[in-house]
Amino acid sequence: MREALALKDHRSESQVYVERAATGAGVVLVLFSLLILRVGYLQTVQYSDSVARSEKNRVQVVARPPVRGLILDRQGVLLAENRPSRNLEVIPEQIVNMEDTLSDLVSVLEMSEEETARFRRLSGRTTRRFESAPVLFDLSDEQVARFEANRFRFPGLSVQAKLVRSYPQGALMAHAVGSVRRINDRDAISLNATAYASTDHIGKLGVERFYETELLGQVGYDRVEVNARGRMMRVLDGVKPTNGQNLSLYLDAGLQAAADRALDGRRGAVVAIDPKTGGIMALLSRPAYDPNLFVQGISHRNYNALRTSIDAPLFNRAIQGQYQPGSTLKPFIGLIALGSSTITVSDSIEDPGWYKLPGNERLYRDWNWTKTNDGGHGHVNIEKALYRSCNVYFYDLAVRLGIDRLSQDLKQFGFGQASVLDLPDADAGLLPSRAWKQASRKLPWYPGDTVNLGIGHGDILVTPLQMAAAVAALANRGRWVAPRMAKNQSLDALERARPSGSGQLPEHVWAPIIGGMEKVVHRGNQIYGENGTAWAYIGRDIKYRMAGKSGTAQVVAIEQGEVYEASMIEERQRKHAWFIAFAPIEDPKIALAVLLENGGGGSEYAAPVAREIIDYYLLEGAGRQVPSVAMVSRQ
Amino acid sequence: MSGDFVRRLPGGGPSFRNQRGEFTWFNLDPWLMLILLSIVGFGLVVLHSASDGNWMVVEAQLVRLGLGFGLMVSIAQIPPYFLLRMAPLLYGLGLILLLLIYPFGIEVNGSRRWLRVPGVLNFQPSELMKLFLPMVLAWYFNERHLPPEVKPVMVSCLLLLLPAGLIIVQPDLGTGLMIATSGFLVLILAGLPWRYMLRGSVLVLVLAPALWFAIKDYQRGRILTMFDPERDPLGAGWNIIQSKIAIGSGGFSGKGLLNGTQSHLDFLPESSTDFIIAVLAEELGFLGVLSLLVLYGLFILRGLMMSLNAQDTFGRLLCGSITFTFSVYVFVNIGMVSGILPVVGVPLPLVSYGGTALLTLFAGFGLMMSIHSHRRITLL
Repeated sequence: MREALALKDHRSESQVYVERAATGAGVVLVLFSLLILRVGYLQTVQYSDSVARSEKNRVQVVARPPVRGLILDRQGVLLAENRPSRNLEVIPEQIVNMEDTLSDLVSVLEMSEEETARFRRLSGRTTRRFESAPVLFDLSDEQVARFEANRFRFPGLSVQAKLVRSYPQGALMAHAVGSVRRINDRDAISLNATAYASTDHIGKLGVERFYETELLGQVGYDRVEVNARGRMMRVLDGVKPTNGQNLSLYLDAGLQAAADRALDGRRGAVVAIDPKTGGIMALLSRPAYDPNLFVQGISHRNYNALRTSIDAPLFNRAIQGQYQPGSTLKPFIGLIALGSSTITVSDSIEDPGWYKLPGNERLYRDWNWTKTNDGGHGHVNIEKALYRSCNVYFYDLAVRLGIDRLSQDLKQFGFGQASVLDLPDADAGLLPSRAWKQASRKLPWYPGDTVNLGIGHGDILVTPLQMAAAVAALANRGRWVAPRMAKNQSLDALERARPSGSGQLPEHVWAPIIGGMEKVVHRGNQIYGENGTAWAYIGRDIKYRMAGKSGTAQVVAIEQGEVYEASMIEERQRKHAWFIAFAPIEDPKIALAVLLENGGGGSEYAAPVAREIIDYYLLEGAGRQVPSVAMVSRQ
Repeated sequence: MSGDFVRRLPGGGPSFRNQRGEFTWFNLDPWLMLILLSIVGFGLVVLHSASDGNWMVVEAQLVRLGLGFGLMVSIAQIPPYFLLRMAPLLYGLGLILLLLIYPFGIEVNGSRRWLRVPGVLNFQPSELMKLFLPMVLAWYFNERHLPPEVKPVMVSCLLLLLPAGLIIVQPDLGTGLMIATSGFLVLILAGLPWRYMLRGSVLVLVLAPALWFAIKDYQRGRILTMFDPERDPLGAGWNIIQSKIAIGSGGFSGKGLLNGTQSHLDFLPESSTDFIIAVLAEELGFLGVLSLLVLYGLFILRGLMMSLNAQDTFGRLLCGSITFTFSVYVFVNIGMVSGILPVVGVPLPLVSYGGTALLTLFAGFGLMMSIHSHRRITLL
């Protein structure tokens, strides 16, 4: 127990303590200095970096979408507007179990099978982390109410109101105006991510596509302060979006509707042009589809139905349908012939009903040829060749002109090229030539090809739009105006080079050709075989002077590879009916082309369509009031 | 030591001057009180901002501070000899309570730290141990020859490791380590020979790899995260990244009270409790942090002066260890928030919002006051 007996030395104990306390105080001083250095380092060296990071934490840039420009017809009728749609959006990262959420949602919102499948498809496709993606569109008031009442059950889901494109005219304007589609992943790669930062749709067809930049507008943004949970606290500042420009078209909704009535459900296309401006007043392709179906995304079933239909409603016949022009080409060949002095107005031929190339036994028949050879048009000059649509005259004329002159001079009417200014999808048709045939078929040009070209058959192909543009040039007595959709000054800069050779024709060529076309419609009450081809159908009671020309195109082949019923095939092998016209003759206000697919004879079937449309435009339309429509855009 | 109390001078009572001519009031040291009130006042201002200007929080903290002062004043009235006598008893009681956790403890978030006295209160026995352990060690060394030799060192290590171990396995590594540290500080102040410490350090270094595998995943994660917060920026690293941004963006003079974006937009976690220094640093900048550290430094200085004036080994060791433990809390908290120490749940003394730890602190200050004011006449 030595320890216990040892005296406690208080002095030395205290000394030890003082020593230790002093050491401790020193250590504390060092440690506190370390803290000061550390905090000082963070607040000086790391200062600007930290400030930047704290700003990045708190400030989020939220894009504000511009409102897409409206599309209006020439009277101010809305062709494309924006309507509010409430969509259900999902942030997939915030959802623990997508299947559970979905099954809850199905019962709350009473979703259909189709909607459920679409929800799965869209929610599984996450391109950008922590961004919401729409999965259900156009919720009803009841659905919104049900969702909001059950909102606590659905973290990561929210109802967002957005403006979406709407086409109040539906299928009527589908092919004329085009439509927007939801931007998909493939689009997103090539798009300017900033410009489309909060825009979901992009113009995919027609003027919606061509004027995408103008219609889109410029995106704005808000700099907002958010908290750590991403909740917006306040808007700091920002730049307002510049809404898209409204686009006024030359289209006339009334005329378009009249054209649709005149087609009366038949397959075909109508293009009407204002010859003074080149403005396209009607551009109709039937059958069509409802473009509204595509705005939010079309279901597979609906899309397949449209895509596989034998009537091809998605196919824009007016600008992409390529048909032989048939006899509607004859006036243009006549113009070339007169212009090149190959013929004169008084030159005539004797038409026995058939034509033979020299040294060749093949018969090229006229349409009124009979086996007994007592058909034919008898004594025929250029005017009669037009109003009787004499084939033999033009067989002979084409051979006399020769393929080289034909393929060169027909260009001036816009054949063989896409001359429309603002319809990017328009096709160019086909204007055959020796070089073309050699290149594409590896065959020389045969004289028989020229004979066929004389009546618009053979290889030549035109679209209804091209035909209408050619008629407009004819109505203008040679002054070419490029067809266009929008009343847009900037189009003048875009004006394509005039078709080569246009404006070269001398003054004297127009009267006989237009006169011949006038007689197509107005020459009547003659003996058999002397009336205009269309007079009996449209000319008896017409109240204005119209120049017209019918045409009938051969059907080359059934395009679809599928097997259809025999009766259908038979119907679809009937000839296409054309009618081109302009009126009034002295002061043309409208030039148009009508095509009826498998429609039969041009004068009998297509001409009444043309007359009905022009009647509307010149007679009914003249006195009609401009419908009062709200032109106020939602801005 | 049975005669100690005979020679004790009356210390209690509302006198303004003790026998040595020092100012005192109800056994409270005026200097320590002044510094204490400054820190607490500063802390309340920061807390007001950290809680988004919520006066309810400030009031709740004021109530706790009131309780704390009450506790401190009460303990200050207890004569030190009584504390000395009670020390082993209290230590034993603390151990029993720690053991009671096993059958009766309440499990929260996978660890058992709380005991419930039904209808009265819930409390953590480990909080009591924060004071009982230094007390028992000071008591132990009070009777021993100092500096301690091998056997007392072993015994005191046992006294230290028993509660620390029980707390670490709750599991509550942070508190366990802090309690072990407070006990260890008594050992050092008692004169633990440096060579022992050297050997101990070597031992710890050798055992460290084994320790690495013994600790839990989340604890490993915290240590790894300290070295590289970007390792898990949305998980474990989030707190430290955000607090460093908060501190750094404060700059020299800060963004101004109530203007800190990191805290007010909730990027900074635990902004009114463990990470409150980041709010201070963001809103009052380097100047604010420096001021608080100066106040803490003065507090520690005064505490050390009080311990030097203590009349016996028990008083010296207890007073000194409480003071140094206090400074360790400050260092660990600020070190953790500024990213030089791993994240352990240590509040910033007197400033962080929170109940139990605050009361323990004030109880410790009460012990210091008691030791300081009840003194024999200094003959020197």
